[in-house]
Order: sequence, then structure tokens, then C-alpha cells
Amino acid sequence: MDAVRQCSAENAGLQRAGAIARVSRTASALAAAAALAGCRAAVLDARGPVGHADTTILIDSLAIMLAIVVPTILATLGCAWWYRAGNARARHLPQWSHSGRIELVVWAIPAMVIILLGGVSWIGSHELDPARPLKGAQPALDIQVVSLDWKWLFIYPGAGVASVNELVVPAGVPLHFSLTSASVMNSFFVPELGSMIYTMNGMVTELNLMADAPGTFQGRSAHYSGDGFSDMHFEVRALAAQEFSAWVAEARRSAAELDVRTYEALEQPAGNAAPSVFGRVAPRLFEDVAAQVIPPAPGPGAAGAAAVTGGGAR
Amino acid sequence: MSLWGKLTLAAIPIHQPIVMVASSVVAALICAVLGWIFLRGYFPYLWKEWLTSVDHKRIGVMYVVLAMVMLLRGFSDAVLMRSQQALALNSAGYLPPEHYDQIFSAHGTMMIFFVAMPFVIGLMNFVVPLQLGIRDVAFPVLNSVGFWLTATGALLVNISLIVGEFARTGWLPYPPLSELTYSPGVGVDYYLWALEISGIGTLLAGINLVTTVLKLRAPGMTYLRMPMFCWTTLASNLLIVAAFPILTATFAMLLLDRYLGFHFFTNEAGGNMMMFMNLIWAWGHPEVYILILPAFGVFSEVLSTFSRKPLFGYTSMVAATMAICLLSFMVWLHHFFTMGAGADVNGVFGIATMVIAVPTGVKVFNWLFTMYGGRVVFSTPTLWSLGFMVTFVIGGMTGVLLAVPPADFVLHNSLFLVAHFHNVIIGGVLFGAFAGYTYWFPKAFGFRLHEGLGKAAFWFWITGFYVAFMPLYVLGLMGMTRRMQHYAVPEWRPWLLLAAFGVVLITVGIALQCIQLFVSIRRREALRDRTGDPWDGRTLEWATASPPPVFNFAELPHVEGEEAYWQMKERARREPGALPRRPYQDIEMPRNSPTGFICAFFATILGFALIWHIWWMVGVALVCAYGTFVVLAWRDVHEDIIPAAEVARLDRANEASRSPWRAPEPSR
Repeated sequence: MDAVRQCSAENAGLQRAGAIARVSRTASALAAAAALAGCRAAVLDARGPVGHADTTILIDSLAIMLAIVVPTILATLGCAWWYRAGNARARHLPQWSHSGRIELVVWAIPAMVIILLGGVSWIGSHELDPARPLKGAQPALDIQVVSLDWKWLFIYPGAGVASVNELVVPAGVPLHFSLTSASVMNSFFVPELGSMIYTMNGMVTELNLMADAPGTFQGRSAHYSGDGFSDMHFEVRALAAQEFSAWVAEARRSAAELDVRTYEALEQPAGNAAPSVFGRVAPRLFEDVAAQVIPPAPGPGAAGAAAVTGGGAR
Repeated sequence: MSLWGKLTLAAIPIHQPIVMVASSVVAALICAVLGWIFLRGYFPYLWKEWLTSVDHKRIGVMYVVLAMVMLLRGFSDAVLMRSQQALALNSAGYLPPEHYDQIFSAHGTMMIFFVAMPFVIGLMNFVVPLQLGIRDVAFPVLNSVGFWLTATGALLVNISLIVGEFARTGWLPYPPLSELTYSPGVGVDYYLWALEISGIGTLLAGINLVTTVLKLRAPGMTYLRMPMFCWTTLASNLLIVAAFPILTATFAMLLLDRYLGFHFFTNEAGGNMMMFMNLIWAWGHPEVYILILPAFGVFSEVLSTFSRKPLFGYTSMVAATMAICLLSFMVWLHHFFTMGAGADVNGVFGIATMVIAVPTGVKVFNWLFTMYGGRVVFSTPTLWSLGFMVTFVIGGMTGVLLAVPPADFVLHNSLFLVAHFHNVIIGGVLFGAFAGYTYWFPKAFGFRLHEGLGKAAFWFWITGFYVAFMPLYVLGLMGMTRRMQHYAVPEWRPWLLLAAFGVVLITVGIALQCIQLFVSIRRREALRDRTGDPWDGRTLEWATASPPPVFNFAELPHVEGEEAYWQMKERARREPGALPRRPYQDIEMPRNSPTGFICAFFATILGFALIWHIWWMVGVALVCAYGTFVVLAWRDVHEDIIPAAEVARLDRANEASRSPWRAPEPSR
């Protein structure tokens, strides 16, 4: 919990400090290549506790391995060059092919690295299990996600509103996502916020994320889902608490209602859906999709699906 | 129902100029080659010496030729993808999604099943009997059948280019997208039947090579005297025998879903897509070790030969190989950490995956110590091996990184992943295949490949590889996922352009390899190797002529230790004329058989008919394919006898080149 608060505080500070701080942090995050070119590595530039923890583990593991990989590469090249045919100064050991001591070392070095890394991995796997609730000052906000062909539906069961291709969340509040799919598999992924998770029809997966501070990020599907897959991206807007309440109030004023009929219109395959909101949502809609009370969507194979996405241009 | 099932003229994509031009060029090329063969009267030679050959060397060469031709096809797909992504920022590019999706699906399918697999199987087929000091594999006709069924699969995938469509589901057809509801076209059926048929071919190859290594070794060739390449062959083929039936069964289940309305993996009626993912990766993860283990074997041979030293830590290498063989079956779940299996499951599989890095790391260190104290000759195969060691260590590192579940949660399905597996498959398998190709080419054809062009090709390949794939690591960290036909993030563009430039460099590398082959054939007299042992080799394949006679060894070698041929040479150098010679004897060799070719011919028709639901043709093709085997089973004579005098004639030239240290031929 403290760690989470610390992260939020740190990140809020960074927001104020602006671009300079951001560049320095990116550089420190071993994204040297990306940073040099002056572009943003969304995965390393985490904006939430889960993303921070994921990338910390990523960078730590990389550092542990580089400590052995770099010397190995140098030794390989050095050894090959020094013992080149024609180097009269190199020792010549034409029969030498066994050494118990070296064997012990070559088995021990990778084994020790893996023991260390295995520990990191085991702990990380538990602390960052997508289904594990985040600790926060406030109770988590429930959001239900349905991946459609080829758009995203976000239902806010508490507020009774829903949005398409736009995810609006309060910053600093733990978010608990329940996810399913209308037809084929997809993967819900917001690089800046951290972990992704698959969406599958007839099943519900769970994911917990949080945005440290207000900001706008890109979310997308990370699992290929047919011809319109490239259009399956959405904007994530993390808002301050009051702004989020205002957004909910605004959404509630929308006349559009998400019931089974409008849902079935929405699930027809089409890409490039403009963001929209629904002021009311039929109760248990998400549960009915997940339990297949509402049958699976016609999906990418439906007649005309290819024609809809044929352009691909935006 | 129509006589031709689902097949109509509409199946030919006349409105797609790229496809039509590409396939016309390929068709013209095939016609030209066939015309040349027939007009010059080469067909009888081709039929008798190659198409119906059951000689493991010929079959090995044909596997490698298949792999190289398919490499050109798979690489063209890569060029299309990289150029599309270089163009497609906020635009549709030039490939619409329904075409682009087929291209990336075909690229992966081609490269794994019809480039990497036949390349390594071809090398194993050619080399292993020679290294074991034997005359043929355990099941020569089965070997031929296996090869031709693989060719059938490759042919079916290529037919899909012009008749109908290929799968749009990725190189592994994850349901429910690959189910009939969501992929109603014939694309997935092409994929499935091509791989069902070639998968049987691969299984036959695996059974054959396992039996060969276990049962047929030269006198004195105990397990722990086998060359490293034979060990990795054994491990790889054990994996084939264990894993390929899983692939066949999984695809059979998907076929039942698609053809007969079953519900193994559907959304409805209790089907479960997660079962497919588990099954396919229970094959898929061993598969990557099926590919890489023979490459490890090649590097072991090459580094030891060109360092002029025995392989360091041989027993340790054997242990590491078998450890990898076993562990590779215990890690499949790391391909879907993001499915929500839970912390314990993810943790266990993450650690199991990392454990494989231990024996792999041991191998890298042992290669390093093989060079230590040696006299390393920087030949083309050595360059491929060193390029491999550096590149593979990086690829292995990013692989272990992806095995850490929280890291995978942000990198899964990204271009980081794409970069990783190309890093190990190009830097590992393909470099190994090229090293083996250059290393054993003189053995197969009696002349070496041009060194200068080979080295130039290497430098273009390795530079091109780094320029093409390092940007993909960066793009993965920038959040770009795989399989995107277009995108809207301007920051990705420079890296994609850089990657496209890498493809240009690789193209030059491939062109240089083609030129190298052409130039080497033209200058074969200058590059001729009359000794049969151009590299001062250590294993038995160098103990016979280049190219080896059909029976490989006039007299089976007697093995007295590791590095059988090196020991023979050492002993002969110490005491000239010490190696005993026995009189030549008649040799029985398996007779050529057209079974494989004819059976594959009908299997191709069978596959095509199944894809298009032409049921009468399915029946005819099945009966004919089965009939082919019945005819084979009825044969009276299945071996030819090569008389001793003929053996002596064929062997004399070979012996002449070794005369300084071999005893004179005894009179009969």
C-alpha cells in the first residue's frame, strides 16, 4: 500500500516536473535505444503501480542476465580471435577437451543465475497476478469489458453507463476489470498501465490496474482477431476524481441505451467505431454475454465482414 | 452438391494483381525448369537417381533443396510484410487486411514447417548414417515416403496462393477464430490438411532416424562414441516421435469441428479454446527444440573441426542435450501466461522454462572452451557458428525474460516477442542450417562452395538480421503488437523503416548465396575436393569419398573411440599401413522405389479434394494411395546386390587419395 502511494506521489511529481524528468527516467530505465531516438517506450514509461512493478521486474531480470551475457559474448569473440590459426603467441592445446573444474563452473554459473531469476519470477508472478486485487485508499471501481469485432465495450456496472472504444477511469483509484469476448479471442492491453489479459467468449478473466495520475494513453488488442484487428485500439483517459464524476453524470444524460437489441447491433463486425457512450445499460448484460445467454456474435466470418474492413484506412 | 465441391472458377483471385503476377512468374519458372528437364532428356536420370531414390544422401539433399526453395517463398512474404508496415502509418498501405493476414500466416507456416524442418531433417538424413559408419537408414522406403509427404504439404500451401486462399489465422490457428463460424473459407482447411499430411511425413522421418541411431551403428560405435550431431539428432527425433502425434491429433480435432460439426474448441456446446492452446503448445514448444537441437549438433561439429580440437566436455554436452530434450516438454504454458491461469501455475512454468537456460548455457560455454587452446580457422561455417553464439545468447536472454510472467504480461504478443523468436530461429536454426550446408556441401557433391561469396553472404545476413530485428525489440517496448496491418502511432514509423532496410540487407545476403551456388557449380573443377576430407575432419563422414558411393563405406569402419576418423588418421600417421584391409565383398543395398513419389502424388490430390469437399476425388485418391502401398508390399525383390568388383572399382579412387597411410588392398 505504501509502495502504491509512493508511486502515485512520485508520478504526480514527475507530471509537474515535466519533460526533463521524464527523459531522464526513461534513460535510467535502460531504454537507451528508444531514448536516444527521442521516442517514448510506452511499456517502460509506466503510469501505474502494476506497470511500474512489471517494468521493474523486466529491467531487473534483464540486468541480472546482462551481467552474464555480455561477458559471454566478449569471451566468445575474444577467444575465437586469440586462438585464431596463425596466432603463434596463443597456447596450443590440441588434445585438451575435459576439465572437471571448468565443468563445475559452467554448470554452476547459469544455475545460480536461474535460481536468482527463478526467485524473482516466483515472487513477481504472485504479487502481480492479474486477478489479485490492488490495495488502495479507496475501494476498487468495477469495469466490465467486452471485446467485440472490432471494437471495445466498457460497462460501468456501478454507474450504469457504458462506452465504446473509450475507457474513462478515475486516476488514483484501483480498477477491477472483468473481461469477456463476444466472439473470438482478444487481449486487453494498455501498455502504460501494465499487464494485459486475454478475453475469451464464455469465460471471464480478471485484471487489476490503476492509473497514478490523470493522463491519456492508448489501449489496444494484443491478440490477433481477424481482418479488423488493427483497428482495435481505444483511448484511455484517466481523470481526476471530480472530472470522472462529471464524465459519469454527462454519460448518464446520453439518450442511448445499451440493451440486448442495441448490443446485437453493436456486435456486428465493423472497424473504426467512433467513441460513444450509453446512458443506461440493461442489468446483467455482461453476465449474459459471458454466460452465453446472449449467443456468441457472428464474428469475423460473417458475410460482409471483409468488405467492412477492406479499406483499413483511417 | 456440385461435382467439384466448393471449387469454382471464382477461387482464382483474378482481381488481385500481386497474387496473379507472383503466381504467373512462379508458374512460368516451373514450366521452364520442367521443359528444360524434358527437352534435354534429363527426366529418366531424375526419375531413377533422385525421385525414386531411397538413398538417404539423395533424400537428404532433396529435403535441403525443398527447404531452400521454400525459404525464397517465405522470405518474399517477409518482404511484403515489412514493406507494408513501413508504409501503413495512418494508411491502408498496399496490402488489404484479408491479403496481409494470409501473408503473415503463410510466412510462419512456411518458415517453420517447410524451411526449418526440412533443412534440419535433410542435414540429419544426409549426415547421420555417414557419421555412424553405416550404409543406410533403418527404413529407406519409409524415408522416401516421409520426404515426399513433406513436399506434398509444401505444394498444398503454395497451391493456396492461386486456388482459393490461405488461412488468415496466424501460423497457429487459434480457435475460435479458426472455427468454421469465424473462418468459413478454405484457408484454414489448406493449412490443416497441408500440415496433417506433412506432419505424417515428419513423424515417419522421426521414427526412421530414432531407429537408425538406436539400432544401426558401425561396430564399436557405442552411444558415448557417437559424434555430437548424432546425439542431437537422437534427441530431436525422440521429440518428433513424442510431439508430432499431438499436432496431428489436435489438428484432427479442429478438422472434426470444421467438417463434422464437433465441438472440441468452439465457443458453443462446451467447446474450449484453451484446450487447443494447451495442446498446440504441447507440440509447439518441443518443436522449437526439434529445430534447434540439430543446429546445436552442427555447431559442435563445425567448431571442433575448425578449432582443430575435440569438442570440450563431450559427456557434459550429451547430458545437456538430453536434459533439454526432457525439459522441453514441461514448459508449454509460458506461451499463454496472459490467459489468467493463476500465480502458482504461471510461476512454476516460468521457472521450468528458465531451467532450460542452464543446459543451453553449458553448451555455449563448452563451445567457447572448444575454441580455447585451438587453432581456429575462420571459414564460412566458423563464421556462421560464431555469429550464432553471439546472436543466440541475446535471443536466449530475451527468451528467459519472456519466461518471467510479469515481464511477459507487458511483452506478450508484441514485436518484442517477434524479435525474440526470430532471434533464436534465424540466429540459431537458420545459421546452423547454413553452417551445415557449407560444411557438408563438399561431402555431398565433391566440390566446395566458394568461400569469398559465402563470407560475404554471412556478413550481409548477420548485419541485416540485426538491423531488421533489433528495431522490433524497441517497437515491442513501445507497445506495438504483432500482426498489425496498419497503425496510427507515428513514433513507430522510423523503427519500421529501419527494419525494412534490414530486410534489404538480408535480400543481398540471400542473393549472394544464390550467386555462390551458381559460381561454385561453374567453377567446380577448381573447387574440387578429391580427398573426401577437405576440412581435416574428425568424424566418419570424412572417411569416405566425396560424394560418397551409394553404399557409403566399402567396408564398415571399426570404431575404437570418440572421433573415430581422427583416431584412424592419427594411428595411420604414427604407424603407416597399420590399418588392416579386408577383401571387398558384395554389398546389398535397398532397391529404388517410386512408392514415396506416387503415394505423395495421390496424397496431394487427396488433400486438395478434402479442402474443396470433392468427395468422389477423396475416395479415388485414398484408394490409389493405399494401393501404392499394397503394390510395394507385394514386391519380390527389394534389394540389389552390388558385386565386389563394382565395389572395388568405386572405392579405388577414394582409397588412392588416402594411400599414403592406408595399407595396400589385399588380393582376393
